[in-house]
Amino acid sequence: MLDSNVILEHILVPKHEILSKTQVEKFLKENKLEESQFPGISEEDPVIKAIKAKKGDLIKITRDSITAGESVYYRIVY
Amino acid sequence: MTDKKQLLAKYKELPKKILNEIEKNTKELGLRETKKILDNVLKEFKNNKIMPGEAVGTIAAQSIGEPGTQMTMRTFHYAGVAELAVPQGLPRFIEIVDLRRKPKMPLMEIHLNQSIKEDKQKVVDFAEQIEDIPMVEFADVEEDFHEKVVRVTFKEETLVEHGTTLDNAIKKTEKEVRRKAKTTEGNQMIFKPGFTTLASLRRFTERILMTKLCGLKDINKAVVLEEPDGTGYYIKTDGSNLKEILKLKEVDTSRTTTNDIREIYDILGIEAVRSAIIKEAKEVLDTQGLKVNPRHVMLVADVMTYSGTVKPIGRQGVSGSKSSVLARAAFEETVKHLHTASIKGHVDNLTGITENIIVGQPVPIGTGLITLGMKE
Repeated sequence: MLDSNVILEHILVPKHEILSKTQVEKFLKENKLEESQFPGISEEDPVIKAIKAKKGDLIKITRDSITAGESVYYRIVY
Repeated sequence: MTDKKQLLAKYKELPKKILNEIEKNTKELGLRETKKILDNVLKEFKNNKIMPGEAVGTIAAQSIGEPGTQMTMRTFHYAGVAELAVPQGLPRFIEIVDLRRKPKMPLMEIHLNQSIKEDKQKVVDFAEQIEDIPMVEFADVEEDFHEKVVRVTFKEETLVEHGTTLDNAIKKTEKEVRRKAKTTEGNQMIFKPGFTTLASLRRFTERILMTKLCGLKDINKAVVLEEPDGTGYYIKTDGSNLKEILKLKEVDTSRTTTNDIREIYDILGIEAVRSAIIKEAKEVLDTQGLKVNPRHVMLVADVMTYSGTVKPIGRQGVSGSKSSVLARAAFEETVKHLHTASIKGHVDNLTGITENIIVGQPVPIGTGLITLGMKE
């Protein structure tokens, strides 16, 4: 198993954050979304293991974008 | 200055790149003018947004497909030492989109830590250490069918060159064949396995030849090249083994990559795959001199990684996992899909485009997506 820092600091890997319960609720309400509408990310994903996220967590991903400079994406752990 | 920062922060809708650019170019301007610019930019930005219901997938397909016809099918060969035939252009693009299990030419770019990257000799030594070299290079293996023994004679110089020692080599060979040598004299080992048939002796010899003395699996060739920014040297390899390479302490793990997308998925996860697909596809298009808006490539990468696992575009992947039976039947393997759907009693809700064209209804796209209700 690779060291989790090696995975998280790789240039291809954008920043992943686990959203807390209250953050998730607020975000879903503000945008009128349901959890089932999000793209998924596997529980076995190396990054998910490295940040120790659990099933059902909503992950905020801040990507470097060629067009927008920075873009935010969300995935739910399944 | 802080006022301007606050002003810029108010325009949350604008992407960071545009905001940064405005900030850079409005240094001499006052708040009023900057606000005017920002308002105009925001208006223009909103006008240029894709409308809901726009057929972005079709546009992306056409925008990549048309320049794709201009791509050369030629495979380039690097001249000289770094002779590697890398698929480029259309073959490579198909490889990325189809997610072949192994690319035709797996490549790695290994960047090194500050401590050794500037010293060419150290980099060359390191490259030699990671190269996977077959046993035949290190030793002469002879079978003596008359006495039923196998003689292994190591070339000590070659061993040292690749960073191992004779003792190490002897130990590793014994471990591989799970047998102690009958005699070990200097650099010669003699095995007497006690087999009587020629075939079994031959099999034993092959086992010896399988021994891995140094290097990492699948790294066939390592070439030292100069970094384009002139800060030292890096290594390009034929063959890819990201997992083992990232474990080495000499390697700058944050910048070392491979062109094998499935390997990236296994080791760095789904988001890294998205970045890698965009990077590789853009590289192919750029080297071919084709100007394709990166948004189309990004859409392809998003579709491929949407579910959390990488899916190729095509029958086995994205097109094959559409929810509609009719859409799948219209694409490929018509009978198979209609057959299983009728046996299992699948329902088609006619929410997609293909299904609605088949049954002759307006398609839910563009203006067809919007329905109006009358207020009483």
